[in-house]
Amino acid sequence: MITINNIEKGFDGRPVIDKVSAEFETGKCNLIIGASGSGKTVLMKCLVGLITPDAGEIGYDGESFTNMDAENRKIMRSKIGMLFQGSALFDSMTVEQNIMFPLDMFTRGTRAEKQKRVDEVLDRVNLSGAHKKYPAEISGGMKKRVGIARAIVLNPQYLFCDEPNSGLDPQTSLVIDRLIKEITTDYNITTVVNTHDMNSVMEIGDRILYMFEGHKEWEGTNKEIIFSKNERLNNFIFASEFLKDAKDMRMLEVRGKIDNNRNMDELLK
Amino acid sequence: MNIFTRFGQFLLMIRGMFTRPENIRMYWKELMHQCSELGIGSLGIVSIISLFIGAVSTVQTAYQFVSPIIPRSVIAQIVRDSVILEFAPTITCIVLAGVVGSKISSELGNMRVSEQIDALEMMGINTKAYLILPKIIAAMITIPLLVIIAMTLGIWGGRFVGDVTGILPHEIYDRGLVESFVPYNVTFALTKAYTFSFIITAIPAYFGYNVRGGALEIGRASTTAVVVSCVIILLADYILAQVLL
Repeated sequence: MITINNIEKGFDGRPVIDKVSAEFETGKCNLIIGASGSGKTVLMKCLVGLITPDAGEIGYDGESFTNMDAENRKIMRSKIGMLFQGSALFDSMTVEQNIMFPLDMFTRGTRAEKQKRVDEVLDRVNLSGAHKKYPAEISGGMKKRVGIARAIVLNPQYLFCDEPNSGLDPQTSLVIDRLIKEITTDYNITTVVNTHDMNSVMEIGDRILYMFEGHKEWEGTNKEIIFSKNERLNNFIFASEFLKDAKDMRMLEVRGKIDNNRNMDELLK
Repeated sequence: MNIFTRFGQFLLMIRGMFTRPENIRMYWKELMHQCSELGIGSLGIVSIISLFIGAVSTVQTAYQFVSPIIPRSVIAQIVRDSVILEFAPTITCIVLAGVVGSKISSELGNMRVSEQIDALEMMGINTKAYLILPKIIAAMITIPLLVIIAMTLGIWGGRFVGDVTGILPHEIYDRGLVESFVPYNVTFALTKAYTFSFIITAIPAYFGYNVRGGALEIGRASTTAVVVSCVIILLADYILAQVLL
């Protein structure tokens, strides 16, 4: 479990994160959602130590990450895997070399053992035939999957995904979402995902934290979000008239005021 | 950001490079890769420049020496000393500041912007030590060697042109080369080469590593890195000449 307590961060005197507290549970997909500029990425970078918060506490399974010295932080980082928004694959290396890199750097196994592990994770993300391809030769969705493979190759306890669906079509987004969900439950890891994709929210959002202008505006599950009365949250998730209508229709269905098995052809006539 | 802040950041970057490597074999591999990239990759341009500098020096020195009182072998001495003292270390390093400096700056800048540096940090790797230190060490190994090659080719270029054009027969040129030779000049040139090789890698690395933004900023950082490196090379050249000669 990851706990954050009153995290604050500002740049040039402008607060970006304002006293955010939350808990991210193990074995679940914890989503941070919010509009662009709401502080999601900064919060995630604070969580993994790429940005130092101005105030507040971050704890990984009871261990304070904020007060850790550099050596212990290195050890902790070996337990963290991260998928970056742009995948952050090393351009000069093939898919295989990208995934092999953390193994070469941090493990002492034989070449064959490392190769076996690379094959395993590539198989896990359904990229068995892409070993020798360079990042420039593969699609955006494949890059994300390679990024996930690299993030999980050292068996991390914590997985962070920064906008895993950005720039992907809805079908590929769904594949990535399901993959993240499967990895989280199969390996029983703590996963934190930054997203503003509502499909992801409904598909994998076991716990959801909604950020608005740097503070925590709402917290709940994907079952609760649809019925939330929080106006800002509703404005964010049901941004278009179409989605607002769809929500109203769903509410009416749930309350039994309209038949949820209604014939749409009849209604459209 | 003022010059003192930048200098402070630069010193912190240099200090941050010296930590225990996560895996010595990976660092060695990176060092060898950089030696090949920076050294062998620059051999062609250094060879061409040195040959022509030597050739032009011979022709221009001969052109200015119209008095029959001065022995012709002095031309070779002048070419030798100019090449060893100034052309080989300084001109080579200024050219390398453009070639190597812009490459380092844009490579690191691109890695920063595309979050590859963040990805390495996330793995628990000291990116200053892994990405910058091997470049500086590789430059300090290969650039003095390139300068020695530049000296040899520069002097040989002068000899070849002198002989082919008939300005200076190679027997006289060879005699001139050994007359009044001061071995300290080579030591001085190599001191310059070591100093400049640090400058042409550390400064572009600083600008590239600290890029914020996108493609425009990478280009801007690259240009600034080359300009600043060239100016500092010239400044260091003057200081070294003043102090060591």
